[in-house]
Amino acid sequence: MAETEKMIFPAQLHQTADGGIVVSKLDEMINWARSNSLWPLVFGTSCCAIEMMSAADAKYDWSRFGFEVARATPRQADLIIVAGTIVMKMAPVLKRLYDQMPDPKYVIAMGACTISGGPFFYNTYSVVKGVDHVIPVDVYIPGCPPRPEALLHAMITLQEKIKHETYFGKTKESGK
Amino acid sequence: MSLLGEDIMTEEGEFVINIGPQHPSTHGVLHLKVWLDGEMIKKVQPHLGYIHRSIEKMSESLSYRNFIYATSRMDYLSAHINNQACALCVEKGLQVEVPPRAQIIRILMAELTRLSSHQLWWGCTGLDLGAVTPFFYAFREREAVLAIMEESCGARLTQNYCVPGGVMYDIHPNFQNRVKDVIKQIKSKFQEYDDILSGNVIFEQRTKGVGYLSPEDAVSFGCTGPTARGSGVSCDVRKWFPYDGYEKVQFKEILETGGDCYARYMVRMAEMKQSVYIIEQLIDHIPEGDFQAKTKAVIKLPKGEFYQRVETARGELGVYIVSDGAASPYRIKYRSPNFSNLSALGHMATGSKIGDLVAIMATIDLVIPDVDR
Amino acid sequence: MTNEEIKSAVTALFPTVTFDETGEFLNILIDSKDLRPLIKALRYNNEFDCDFLFCLTCIDWKTHLTMVYHLLSKKHKHAFVVKAKIADINNPEIETVSDIWQTANFHEREVYDLFGVKFLNHPDLRRIMLDEDWEGHPLRKSYVDENMISI
Repeated sequence: MAETEKMIFPAQLHQTADGGIVVSKLDEMINWARSNSLWPLVFGTSCCAIEMMSAADAKYDWSRFGFEVARATPRQADLIIVAGTIVMKMAPVLKRLYDQMPDPKYVIAMGACTISGGPFFYNTYSVVKGVDHVIPVDVYIPGCPPRPEALLHAMITLQEKIKHETYFGKTKESGK
Repeated sequence: MSLLGEDIMTEEGEFVINIGPQHPSTHGVLHLKVWLDGEMIKKVQPHLGYIHRSIEKMSESLSYRNFIYATSRMDYLSAHINNQACALCVEKGLQVEVPPRAQIIRILMAELTRLSSHQLWWGCTGLDLGAVTPFFYAFREREAVLAIMEESCGARLTQNYCVPGGVMYDIHPNFQNRVKDVIKQIKSKFQEYDDILSGNVIFEQRTKGVGYLSPEDAVSFGCTGPTARGSGVSCDVRKWFPYDGYEKVQFKEILETGGDCYARYMVRMAEMKQSVYIIEQLIDHIPEGDFQAKTKAVIKLPKGEFYQRVETARGELGVYIVSDGAASPYRIKYRSPNFSNLSALGHMATGSKIGDLVAIMATIDLVIPDVDR
Repeated sequence: MTNEEIKSAVTALFPTVTFDETGEFLNILIDSKDLRPLIKALRYNNEFDCDFLFCLTCIDWKTHLTMVYHLLSKKHKHAFVVKAKIADINNPEIETVSDIWQTANFHEREVYDLFGVKFLNHPDLRRIMLDEDWEGHPLRKSYVDENMISI
C-alpha cells in the first residue's frame, strides 16, 4: 500500500474468500477517527471570527475536512479556535471554557492578537499579550486576520499532529 | 467571575440568567444579564468590556498616519468606512483637498463595504432565527465583494485603504469590470433574499411587532443608522452632513415607521439596493487624476479640535480628535454607533419574551468590538 | 439658528457663560457647577431643542478635566458643543445628564470608568469596560501601568 493511502486509512486489508480482514494498530485507528471529526467550539471575539465564518461558507467549506460540527457548548467540543483578541476581562472566561472542554482538547490561536497581542501590543492596558499566557496552544496562525485558507491549513496541521499521538496522550517522539 | 456567582433567583421570584460572553447569538463577547418572570423579560443589563482593547489610549501614542489601522479592527464589517472617517478628520485639520478620483474611489469602496456588511448581517439574522440557508446564500455574494476589495486594497476585511489625502494605492485595472459583474450578480439575487426570508411566515411572526422602539426613544438613546431609521428617525449622515462628495450622488434615505424588528430588517434590505444604485451611478464615471493629495511625511495637526462623522453600515461614527500641535493626537474619542444602539437594547427587550431577545439583537446588528473599542 | 443667534439667546439666559468659536462648532464654555440649568434649557427650550446628544466625552488637560457634550437639534438642524470645566482633578464630580438623554447613561459610565469622573445622581454608576477591581483610570494622563509596553 502506498504511503499516502496509509495516511488516509491507517490499516491493511487482507482479502479472504468471504470478504476480508483489516489489520491495524488501535492507536492509529482511533487517531484517524478523532482527527477527521474535530468539533470546534463557536468562539470568536473579533475580526478573526468573521474569517472563521468565511471558512464555514460554501466557498471554503471546512466540512470537507470534518470541521463543520461547530458546537456552542464547550462540553461537546474538541477544539477551541481562539479567533480574536483576548483582553484581561475575557481571560478568565476563556480559561473556564477551556477547562470545561473534555480531554483530549486542542487550541488554535488564530491571528496576530492571539499570538502576541499583535496590533494591540504597544501602549495598551487591557490586552493579554498572547493567548498562550492563559491556555496551551497547539497551532498558531499569523495574519490580521488570517485568510480562511490559512485557517484550513492550520486545522489540517492539527489533524497531522493528532495522527502522531498515542491514545493516552503521549506523542511517538516522547517514547511511550 | 463575580457576576456568574450571584443568586439565580431574586426575592420576587424572578430568574436571573446570564447570556454570554460566549454565546452564538450575541455576535461576539457581549454578556447580558437577564431577569425573567417565566418567559417574560423584566430587565436586561448589558455587561461590556470583554473586548475592550484600549484603542483610544493606544492612538494617543501613534502618529496621524498610523492610528487609522486600529479603527479597521473596531467595526471590522465596515472597516473601510471607519478608515474614511479618520482620514477625513485628519484632512479637516490639515485642510487638504482630496482629489476627485480619490473621493469617488472612497465612495465606491464604502458602498461595497456597506453591501458586504449588510449581506453578512442578513445571513446571521437568518442563522439567529433558526434558518441556516441564508448564511450560505449571503456569503456567496459577500465573497465576490471581498475579492474586489482584496484586489485593490490587498486585504479582505481590514482594508486600511484610506490615508490622509486620498487612498493608499490606485484601484486595480480590473476594478470597474469586476464591480459591474458583481453588481449584476447581486441585483439578480435580491429577489432570492426576499423569497427565502422576507416573505417567510415564520420569520414575519418572529419579527413583526417585536422589540418596538419609538422615535423619541430612538433619539434619546442616541440610536443611529438602520436601528433609528426603522423607527422613522431621519439620521443618515450622508444626507445630513455630506462628506466626500455624497451630495452629488443620487440616493434615497430609507425610512420605515414600524419601529419593530421587521422595520429594521426592511431598512437594511432596501439600503442594499440603494448602495447598488450609488455604485451604478459612479462606476463608469471615475475621474482621471491623482488618487492621493500630497501631504507631509510627518503630519502635525494645528492646535484645536476636529470632529468628523460618517455613516457606517450600523450608524453614525464620530471621530473626535483633540490636537495640541504634536505629531500624535492628544485625545481621540470614537463615538461608535453600536455603543449607543446597544444602550437601547434593554429598553426594547423589556416586556418581550426571551426568544425575542435574539431577534432584537440580530436586527440591531451589533458588532461588539465597536461597542468596546 | 445661527451661531450668533445661539450666542445671544444663551447669554440672555446665562450671562456668565463664555464662547469659543475657533473650531468647527460653537463652543459654550461653562463651569461644571452651573452645567445642569444650562443643559436643561438647551434640551427643553423650544428655541434650542437639542434632542440628540451625539457625543459625550472627557479630556484630561493635566491641570483640569473638561467634559464635552456635542448636541444636535433634529428640528432646527443646529449643532454645538457644551464644555464644562472640572477644576478639581483629584476628586472630579459633575451632575449627570442621563435623565435628560438616555444615551448619556452608558457614555457617563464610560467616562467614569476611564477618567474617574463621578456623576452625581447617576442611576447606575459602575465601571463599564474594565473589571470592578481595576485600579486607576486608564485614559488619565497620569495613569501608570507597569505592564504597559511603550515604544
